[in-house]
Amino acid sequence: MSEKHTKYLKLSGLEPLIVTPESNFINVGERTNVTGSRKFLRLIKEEKFEEALDVARDQVEGGAQIIDVNMDEGMLDGKEAMVTFLNLIASEPDIARVPIMIDSSKWEIIEAGLQVVQGKSVVNSISLKEGKETFVNHAKLVKRYGAAVIVMAFDEEGQADTYQRRIDICKRSYDILVNEVNFPPEDIIFDPNIFPVATGMEEHRLNALDFFNATKWIRENLPYANVSGGVSNVSFSFRGNNVVREAINSAFLFHAIKHGMNLGIVNPTMLEVYDEIPKDLLEHVEDVLLDRRDDATERLLDFAETVKGDKKEDVAKVLEWRSDSLQDRITHSLVKGIDTFIIEDVEEARLTVERPIEVIEGHLMIGMNVVGDLFGSGKMFLPQVVKSARVMKKAVAYLQPFIEAEKDGKQEYAGKILMATVKGDVHDIGKNIVSVVLGCNNYEIVDLGVMVPPEKIIETAKAEKVDAIGLSGLITPSLDEMVYLSKEMEKQKFTIPLLIGGATTSRAHSAVKIAPNYTHAVVHVNDASRAVTVVGNLLQKDNAVYKEQIREEYEKFREQFLKRGKKKDYIDIEEARKRKFKIDWNAAEIVKPKQLGVQVVEDFDITKLEAYIDWSPFFRSWDLHGKYPEILKDEVVGQHASELYADAQVLLKRIFDEKLLGAKAVFGLFPANTVNDDDIEVYDESGAVKATFLTLRQQLDKREGVANFALSDFVATKETGKQDYIGCFCVSTGFGTAELAKQFEDNHDDYSSIMIKALADRLAEAYAEYLHKEVRTDIWGYAQGENLSNEELIKENYKGIRPAPGYPACPDHLEKKTIWKLLQVKENIGVELTDSLAMWPAASVSGYYFANKDAKYFGLGKITEDQLKDYAKRRGISNDEAEKWLNPNLAD
Amino acid sequence: MSNINQVLQDRILVLDGAMGTMLQRYNFSEEDFRGERFKDYPSPLKGNNDLLSLTQPQAIAEVHRKYFEAGADIVETNTFSGTTIGMADYDMEDLVYELNFESAKIAKKVADEFTAANPDKPRFIAGSIGPTNRTASLSPDVNRPEFRAVTFEELRVAYKQQVEALIDGGVDLLLVETVFDTLNAKAALFAIEEVKEERGIDIPVMVSGTITDASGRTLSGQTVEAFLTSISHIPLLSVGFNCALGADQLQPYLRRLANETEFFTSAHPNAGLPNAFGEYDQTPAQMQVLIENYLKDGLINIIGGCCGTTPEHITAIAEVASKYKPRKIEVSE
Repeated sequence: MSEKHTKYLKLSGLEPLIVTPESNFINVGERTNVTGSRKFLRLIKEEKFEEALDVARDQVEGGAQIIDVNMDEGMLDGKEAMVTFLNLIASEPDIARVPIMIDSSKWEIIEAGLQVVQGKSVVNSISLKEGKETFVNHAKLVKRYGAAVIVMAFDEEGQADTYQRRIDICKRSYDILVNEVNFPPEDIIFDPNIFPVATGMEEHRLNALDFFNATKWIRENLPYANVSGGVSNVSFSFRGNNVVREAINSAFLFHAIKHGMNLGIVNPTMLEVYDEIPKDLLEHVEDVLLDRRDDATERLLDFAETVKGDKKEDVAKVLEWRSDSLQDRITHSLVKGIDTFIIEDVEEARLTVERPIEVIEGHLMIGMNVVGDLFGSGKMFLPQVVKSARVMKKAVAYLQPFIEAEKDGKQEYAGKILMATVKGDVHDIGKNIVSVVLGCNNYEIVDLGVMVPPEKIIETAKAEKVDAIGLSGLITPSLDEMVYLSKEMEKQKFTIPLLIGGATTSRAHSAVKIAPNYTHAVVHVNDASRAVTVVGNLLQKDNAVYKEQIREEYEKFREQFLKRGKKKDYIDIEEARKRKFKIDWNAAEIVKPKQLGVQVVEDFDITKLEAYIDWSPFFRSWDLHGKYPEILKDEVVGQHASELYADAQVLLKRIFDEKLLGAKAVFGLFPANTVNDDDIEVYDESGAVKATFLTLRQQLDKREGVANFALSDFVATKETGKQDYIGCFCVSTGFGTAELAKQFEDNHDDYSSIMIKALADRLAEAYAEYLHKEVRTDIWGYAQGENLSNEELIKENYKGIRPAPGYPACPDHLEKKTIWKLLQVKENIGVELTDSLAMWPAASVSGYYFANKDAKYFGLGKITEDQLKDYAKRRGISNDEAEKWLNPNLAD
Repeated sequence: MSNINQVLQDRILVLDGAMGTMLQRYNFSEEDFRGERFKDYPSPLKGNNDLLSLTQPQAIAEVHRKYFEAGADIVETNTFSGTTIGMADYDMEDLVYELNFESAKIAKKVADEFTAANPDKPRFIAGSIGPTNRTASLSPDVNRPEFRAVTFEELRVAYKQQVEALIDGGVDLLLVETVFDTLNAKAALFAIEEVKEERGIDIPVMVSGTITDASGRTLSGQTVEAFLTSISHIPLLSVGFNCALGADQLQPYLRRLANETEFFTSAHPNAGLPNAFGEYDQTPAQMQVLIENYLKDGLINIIGGCCGTTPEHITAIAEVASKYKPRKIEVSE
C-alpha cells in the first residue's frame, strides 16, 4: 500500500493540503476572526475590506496553512460578512491558495460560508451541544458540501473539562459520525478544549495535562481522526505579559504536538521558538502545564514579574521589496496584485515625469507587460491577472485628476469605446485589461460586460455614439458571434472601427472571416499594450491612411492565408459550372467596338503617362508603407518618402526629357463568344475561330447564392445568339531600362538602378491604365461618357475589367501565348516571352479586356483534380504539364 | 443493466465523441431548430442544441447510433446546457424537464437496441450535466470581486431539476462535466446527493473537470490535486478531464490525477487545439497515437472525445483501447 493512499485529512484551496504525519503540525491563522482581533473587527465594521484582506494575506505569507474566518459579532450581519469576505478571498489567489476554516457558532453562517468556497474547507465547529439530531443533520450537510469538520468536545451537558468527559464525548461523536452519518473518519478533527492554565483555581490545574492525554487517547483510539485546538487560550491569564504568554503558548504547543495534536489555531507572532525559551522560564512554564508541582502557578506568577519587559515592539513587518527601485516596486505591486503601496509609488513616479500620463504609459505599462508575459507563459493564471488589472485601475484612478487638471479641469476624452464579451461567452479578463489600459489612456469606456447579445451592442453603440467597438471572446463559438456582429454593423451602415480580441481570435480569423463582412476598419488586437496604439491611430482625425493600410494588410494576409490555408470544401467542376455567374444576356448591353482587329501604337508620347502613375506601389517597392500622397506627410516615414519622391521626379524628368525609355503597345478587339462554359472563342471578321481563351473556374464551396466565377462568364455564350466582343493587349515601357540600369550599376549607383526599374514598372502600369481608358471611352467606346480621376482609376471604379494572365482571376500564364499569337506581340512591338512565360522587357503589362458592366475582378482560389484534367484536355497538354503550370492553384 | 463497476474491472470503456461537431454537419437552420412546435417562438432558437432533442430527435438518435457503431460503450445525452440557467438564454426555462427527459429516452432507446443486438457489450447512457454559463466562485465584474452572477443555491435547484429529469428518462449514469468552476460542480453533486437520498436510489456519478491552459489549473484557479480533493467527498464512479486541451496537452494532468485518486479515471480530450478558425484538425489516426500513450501508461478506465471528435475518432480510440488493460486502482486500507 503506497502511503499516499492511506486515509489522511485532505483539504484544498486553490492548492491541496494533505495532513500527513510528516506535515507535523498544521498552522491555522486566527487573525481574520472578529472575536479574537479588534483590528479585524473594526476593518469589517467599517467595510475596509482591502485592509481586511491584507490581514488574511499577512497570515498566509507568515506561514498559515489554513485561515480561520469568523464573523460572530452582535453588531455584524454575520452571514453577509462571511459571504462577502469569502468571496473577496476567492479573488485573491495568494490567499485563496490555502483552505478556509469557516468558523461560527451559528449554523446559518457556516452554511452560507460553505456555499461560496470551491475548495474543501473545514467547518468550525459542530458538536452534540444541541443534541444528537442537530449534530447528525449538520454533519450530513457538511459532508454533502464537501468539507471536513471540527467537532468540539461538548454535549448536552456542557463543555468537557476533564479527561474522561473529553474522551467520552469524542468517542460518542466519532461513533455517530462514522457509523450513522458515514462521515469519512479522516475528515474529523476533534477539539478537546484548550483552557487557560495558571488561573489560580484548583480545578484548572489539570487543564493542559488533560488536554494532552485526551489528545493522545483520541489519536490512538479513534482511527484517522485528527486533533486541533485554539492555542492562545492557554496563556489567557498572562495577558499583558507577552514574554510569558509566548513561552506558555510555545511550550504547550510543543507538548500537544508530541501527544498527537496535528492542527492548531495559532498566532505565529505570539509564539516563541521552543528552543529559545530561557531555561528557567521554560521550567516554570512546564511545571504548570504538566502539573509537576503544587506551587507551580505561584512560582510562575512570581517569575513572570521579573520578565515583564516586552522585548518585541510591535514593529511593522519589514517588507523587503519596498526598498527596491521605484519601477521594481510598481512592477511588484502589479504582478502580485498588491494595492497597498501603489498610490504612494505612483505619486512618487508622477513627480519624476513631466506629464502624469507618462506614468501610465511608462511605469505602469512596463509592469503590465511583465504581467502579460508571465500570463502568456503560464506562470500567472487568470485570477491573478484580474488582480493586477485592479491595482492598475486604482493607480489610474489616482492619476486621473492630475491628467484632467492638465486639461484645464475639463474632462475631455480621446474617444469613446464600447467593450463587450459576445453572447454566449463569460470570459472578460482580456477585455477588462484592454478597457483598463484604454481607460488609462483617456478613453471613455462603455463596458457592456459579458454575454452581450448583438442587438444590445448595436443599440448601445448608436445611443452612446461610440467611436469604436471592441469585442472579446475566449471560446470558439464566440468567433461566429463576432462574424455575425460584423455583418450587422455593415447592414446598419456603421462606419466606426471594429476591434477584435480574445484568446481564440486570431489575425487570420479576423482577416478572413470578419474583415470581408464590414466595409470599414476591422483590426485584431490581441494584447492590451497594442490596443492603445491601434485605437489611437484609428481615432485620429487623419486616419484614412491607417485604415486603408489595415485593409490592404488584411487583404494581402487573407489572400496569402487562403492560398496556403487548407480549405477542405470544394465542389466538382460540373457543379461549379452549374453555379456560374449568370448575366442576363437578353437585357445586357453589348457595344460593338468602333474598330475591330489588331492595332499597334509605336511612337507614344510617354509624358502623357505622368498623370496615370499610381505611386503607392512605388513606395511599397522601397518598403515604405502608406498611401500616396499622404505618405509624404507621414510622421514616421514622411521625410524619407518625400526625399525618395523628389529623386523619382528628377529621374522621371530625365526619362521624359531625354526620352530614355520607349513605350509601345499592341491591342486588339475581336468578336467573341463563350462556348462549353469556360472557353472563349475569338473570331475573325468572317466568323472563323482565330483563337480560344481558356478560363479557369472557382471551385470553392461557397454559401448559397454566391457564384463560382470564371472570366468566361463575362462574355455572352454562343447559345444566346448574341455577338459579344473581347479584347487583349500588351504594353511596355521597358525599352531601354536594362541598358540604363546597367549604366547606373557600372557607376556603382544601385540606388538609381533600382529607381529606374521601379519607375519603368510604374510607367508600364500607367500605360496599361491609359490604354484601357482609351479603349473604354474611344476605341471600343462602351464607356464614352466616363470621367474618372486618377484616384478613381486606381480604385478600379471603371466599367469593365482588364485582368492579366498570371494574376488572381486567371493565374494561367499559358494564356499569354494565346495573346502573343493573336496580337503578334513579338513581331509588332518586340516584347518577348521567356521560357517561364515572363515578359521581356520586364516593365510590360498584358491582359484581356472585358466590357460587360457586371465583369469584376476575383481570385480563382484553388481548383481540384477534375478541373485540372479537363483543362489539360482543353489545352491539349499532358496532365503533368498542366499541373506544372497551375500548381500554386491546386487544392491539396 | 449490467453493473458498470464490474465491466470497468475488465476493460476500458469507450465514451462517445462530440455531439456539437456532429450536429454542425446537419447545418440546421433557424427553422429546423424551431420545428413545427416552436415555429412562432418569440426568441431566436438557432444554436440551442439541446432543443434539437425535441425538434430533430431523429438527428440526435442518429448521432448516438453512429457513436455506438463506432464502438462507444457510453453515450452522453444531448443535455449539456439543459438547466434553467442555460436555457434562460432562449427563454426556455420551462422546457428543462422535458428536454432532459426526452434526451435521455432517445439515447436509452438507441442504447437498448445495441445491447439487445450484442448482449456481451452492454451500452450505457450518461446524463450530461454541463457547467452552465455562469461561475459561482468568480466575479464577472472586475470592479466588484465580491459579486457573484449565480449562487450555489440557484445552481443546486437548477441541477436538481435536470438530474431528476435525466433519471426519469432512464440514464444509467450521471456525468458532471467540463467543470471549470469547482463550486458549480459541488452544487451539482449536492443536488445529485439530494435526489439519491430522496428517492432511495444509487446511481453512478462521473465528474470531469477542465484544465483551461498551460497553468495547469481550472478556470477557477485550482490545481489538479485541489480539484480532486474538492470533489472527492461523494463516492464517484470516475473522475477525469475533458475539453479545452488536446490529448497530448492533457496527459501530464491526467497522470497526476490517476496517481492520486481511488476512483476510476476518465478522459475525453478535444481533437487537438483549435486552429485559427476554431476548428479542430487532429485526425483520428493522430489522436489514436496520443491516446495510446495514456493506455501504455495505464492511466485510463474510460476514454472518449470532446470538441472536434467524430465517430471516426471514436472508432480509432475504441480500436486501440481494446488492446490494453484498464488502469488498476490502489485502494486504501
